[in-house]
Amino acid sequence: MHQPETTPRASIFYDYQIHPFVRPPEMDGRAQTAPVVIVGAGPIGMLTAIELARFGVRSILLESELQVSHGSRAIVLTRRSMEILQHAGVAGPFLRKGLQWSQGRSFFRGREVYTMVMPHDPDDRFLPGLNIQQQYIEEYLVEAVNATGMVDFRWGSKVVGLTQDAGRAMLRVDTPEGEYDLPAQWVVAADGGRSAIRRMLELRMEGRSYAGNFVIADIKCDIDLPTERLCHFDPAWNPGNNVLVHRQPDGVWRIDFRLPDGETAEDALQPDVLAQRIESVLDMIGQRKPWMLDWATVYSANTLTLPDFRAGRVLFTGDAAHLLPIFGVRGANTGFQDCDDLAWKLAFVISGLAPERLLDTYSQERVQAAREICEEGGKSTRFMTPPNQGFRLMRDAVLSFSLSETFANDLMHWRTSRPHDYAHSPLNSFPDDDAAFDGGIACGAPMRNVKLGDDDYLMDRLAPGFQLLLFTDNAVTTGQTAMIAAAKAAAVPVNSVLVAAAQGGALNGAADLVIGDAQGKIAAKYAAPPGAAVLIRPDGHVCARWRAADAGKFATALAVACAKKDAA
Amino acid sequence: MMEKKFTNPQLEEVFDLIAEAIDAAGEDKRALFLAKLALALSNIIGDPAAVRRAVEAASKDL
Repeated sequence: MHQPETTPRASIFYDYQIHPFVRPPEMDGRAQTAPVVIVGAGPIGMLTAIELARFGVRSILLESELQVSHGSRAIVLTRRSMEILQHAGVAGPFLRKGLQWSQGRSFFRGREVYTMVMPHDPDDRFLPGLNIQQQYIEEYLVEAVNATGMVDFRWGSKVVGLTQDAGRAMLRVDTPEGEYDLPAQWVVAADGGRSAIRRMLELRMEGRSYAGNFVIADIKCDIDLPTERLCHFDPAWNPGNNVLVHRQPDGVWRIDFRLPDGETAEDALQPDVLAQRIESVLDMIGQRKPWMLDWATVYSANTLTLPDFRAGRVLFTGDAAHLLPIFGVRGANTGFQDCDDLAWKLAFVISGLAPERLLDTYSQERVQAAREICEEGGKSTRFMTPPNQGFRLMRDAVLSFSLSETFANDLMHWRTSRPHDYAHSPLNSFPDDDAAFDGGIACGAPMRNVKLGDDDYLMDRLAPGFQLLLFTDNAVTTGQTAMIAAAKAAAVPVNSVLVAAAQGGALNGAADLVIGDAQGKIAAKYAAPPGAAVLIRPDGHVCARWRAADAGKFATALAVACAKKDAA
Repeated sequence: MMEKKFTNPQLEEVFDLIAEAIDAAGEDKRALFLAKLALALSNIIGDPAAVRRAVEAASKDL
């Protein structure tokens, strides 16, 4: 019998709530096959449930614990993650709680040797980074999941078995009141780095694991420093290793450092050992002040991914699908992009709007993304935690040069997680039309935001579904009119958006949405002449564009994007 | 200050290449390998004054 912890976890700043187990109908003989069962109510599992609900798909969400996870864990959300949260309708509380930031400073032998301001376009709503503890990420998502009214949230429910055939999967769920069988058309495995589902299916990840253990310690302390990424290489108190410091809401600070080789996690987490090192860090950053420990853990770096995120009726996402290094904030931010790619595809397949093979493109796109992240994150990892003497010596040479030369400084770049480009996706179409544009947002790339006014951005206005941006000066072309009609008639949701160079008033009602673009900002960002059309997938990636609208091509592109047809 | 001649991808490529070659040389031959590498690069540059500037830059902050 599964006995989840019923005592709220200890924290000096966060008040854990216990969500009681509720006996499900299956335990009283009232089973029915759920369209989707999501295993794991971490950030990725919950966001998947929320996005499915936005497409009208109900789900059952299984979580083995009775409360949100322990510790601040994933603290940094990228701009892309904030855009995904906004599109899912849940960004508000994150913005109210989180601390936004855009630069990092690196120190060596007490000198600032590298400063990096992450790119920020004035057309972007969100800054490059937002720090927030994972307890809050999960709390806000729990509230949002429950607000959908379409998710059966089952706390204290642990998956202990899984079988599947071509038609459905059968989960065995253990609870405080005993076990039951739960049939599902589809299973989303969002059960984290130590995924039980991955183990049950005997799937192996590919890639490498890095030696070297790191401690993460969260302390409450009145440190007088801005929100930024602070990195100290090779400090006197921890020779050869490095220290990262990040500010979090509620006066909490994340301290992250590599342990001397050979030291075990158990030794490092001894209270007196940990306390002495925290004092050394505070000394190093010139902030010797009283502090209290909230949470500490040990981690090591991996660049591992499953070679296929689909196994029959089971779809892997987030850490269950890949284990990525902490450097460059790859964990939750990659997972959010996974579920943003998966949710619309799964919703369309379940609703009969697309064939099952659309789900294979989820795996293709996101495995490719994971492999690129492993490659890129591996570089940061080899610099931050040199795996052997060669890399250590080269890293030390770069640091030594950083005090008198700048030519090698960009090796200290920490390569922050960024949205992946699906340039080679089978869901893109009309490459010749794509190539005919002079710049703009090409097929496969994520759409870009545009500031329209105070607290008013293009992405704020977009409803769930495909977006069909139609650019016009004063008259809507015949081709565009036919496209708007085709969008309205399409089986999948397509929002037609007229971007009008003139003040759009006269065009009101001509499409689902009319946006006045008198300054031509949207047209410029998308390099779109009057008469052009851009088709954007529900996860915000461009999948086709034409300089001249053509309803026939639009119908083909929409079919290709739903995997109903091979690319044109 | 030396002029930066590499793009970042080139810089990363060279960093990885040399790091792996140092390991391949083995612990007791590491210094010998690095001395040979410095000589080979000097020969490729073919300019003693430039090599002198590199030696000066590399000698700082050890």
